[in-house]
Amino acid sequence: MRSSGEAFAKARAEKRAAFVGYLPAGFPSYDGCIEALRALVDGGVDLIELGLPYSDPVIDGVTIQAATEQALRQGTRIADVMRAAEAAAAMGVPVVVMTYWNPVLAYGVERFATDLAAAGCSGLITPDLIPDEAGDWLEISAGHDLDRVFLVAPSSTPARIASTTAACRGWVYAASTMGVTGAREATSSVAPDLVKRVRETTQLPVGVGLGVSNRAQATEVASYADGVIVGSALVRCLLDAADVPSGVKAVGALAAELAAGVRG
Amino acid sequence: MATTVGQDEDRFGPYGGRYVPEALIAALDELATTYRAARTDPEFQTEFGRLLRDYAGRPSLLYDATRFSEAVGARVLLKREDLNHTGAHKINNVLGQTLLTQRMGKPRVIAETGAGQHGVATATAAALFGLECTVYMGEVDTERQALNVARMRLLGAEVVAVKSGSRTLKDAMNEAFRDWVTNVETTHYVIGSVGGPAPFPAMVRDFASIIGTEARAQCQDRLGRLPDAVLACVGGGSNAMGIFTAFIPDGQVGLYGFEAGGEGIETGKHAATLTGGSPGVLHGSRS
Repeated sequence: MRSSGEAFAKARAEKRAAFVGYLPAGFPSYDGCIEALRALVDGGVDLIELGLPYSDPVIDGVTIQAATEQALRQGTRIADVMRAAEAAAAMGVPVVVMTYWNPVLAYGVERFATDLAAAGCSGLITPDLIPDEAGDWLEISAGHDLDRVFLVAPSSTPARIASTTAACRGWVYAASTMGVTGAREATSSVAPDLVKRVRETTQLPVGVGLGVSNRAQATEVASYADGVIVGSALVRCLLDAADVPSGVKAVGALAAELAAGVRG
Repeated sequence: MATTVGQDEDRFGPYGGRYVPEALIAALDELATTYRAARTDPEFQTEFGRLLRDYAGRPSLLYDATRFSEAVGARVLLKREDLNHTGAHKINNVLGQTLLTQRMGKPRVIAETGAGQHGVATATAAALFGLECTVYMGEVDTERQALNVARMRLLGAEVVAVKSGSRTLKDAMNEAFRDWVTNVETTHYVIGSVGGPAPFPAMVRDFASIIGTEARAQCQDRLGRLPDAVLACVGGGSNAMGIFTAFIPDGQVGLYGFEAGGEGIETGKHAATLTGGSPGVLHGSRS
């Protein structure tokens, strides 16, 4: 199993930021998702963030909502997510799963961790689980050698940033806009400040999610962060495409653009 | 208002807690601090009491339903929460939370609503305090309850018909959370159920508990004793916890909650989450 920290270490060795790409499992179909992940890897992604489709995605914007709803309608279940994660992990880059906490609880935290490790995944990003509520997960993830990626936000106090980064393993996810996921035009001065505040508390790499959708934005975020996280823009490629092959092609093209972006 | 036990009521055994994005934690901390201070602040309690009396129309009547009692063979008293301003018990909690919103200096409130009663109460309180108000309602519910939608709009609220998921209450609540995480600096989310992340469950219960406090005193006046049983319907739980809370220390009073059976528990198509559900995390808390 690879640690997700490897992706950041590799990028750092090349004196650049890592490109972290998100796609939800089972979208646009199980096979279509695998092809899109392959296009993402071929395009130069450093770390795959595989989304677990959930019925109540309270911090996702319309793009990811539409994609995960489609995945669920087609019958995507946790077993399919694990299967997709295993296929992705075999593509040569580390894989983390991003999931709301309820599906993990329903599946069983220990069982989820066991399956995740068996699939060759590095760990979990948990957008609605704060370390204060994560007692089980802190213990079980350690037992399975899995990464724990918690989120920090612009509204986090210094004390909360410190306690959150202390609970992270692998890297820290800086959700740098107040709001739901989605591509954004505007750049923000909030994000560099947040990254600076995180670095005051930890040596772990910091990935920034800021609604990046193009090369120029990727370059800008890469100038101050260790990782540039892109989700909605990649999902949008598949949503807007006339068919799966052209969507996959668009994902590959955007991935190559973003991979160039993090290289300055 | 009945101020209740304990200082820190973030968890109820394995339940409660805060299963929300980190971005909301600062706002929940601010709310908890403001609420904790208000609980023991005589000025807040006086103002809340005055609003309940002079605006909501409390105390609500305890009505002796004599003919119904004859028919069922037990003396039945009805706590007439329907006689409050806006026609439901919802106004109790909403007035409390709106006062807190004012204390936090936030100019905007949002709410989710199913049938529309909590939305109407929130829109009404927002109009009373001059706050901006957005109410999220599942598209299916806006069609079923068009009259309440018109009423909220008349009160100056924006009503958003939510088209995601099952287009009902749970999706309206998801959408309200999305709004809140985006606008949390200026906005308070008036949750209407005894759910959501801490401090909401304890706070909503406390603001609603005036129902039981009154009912208990009215029973003692009328009957010279406590009732044998208290019955309440359970949806989001504010009505049930509102009347049960004052009777819990009494021990001998039976407390019965009634949930919506839908097409039958065995079909899975029901709203009886306590009877037929399983523990999980939804809308920010474990329940």
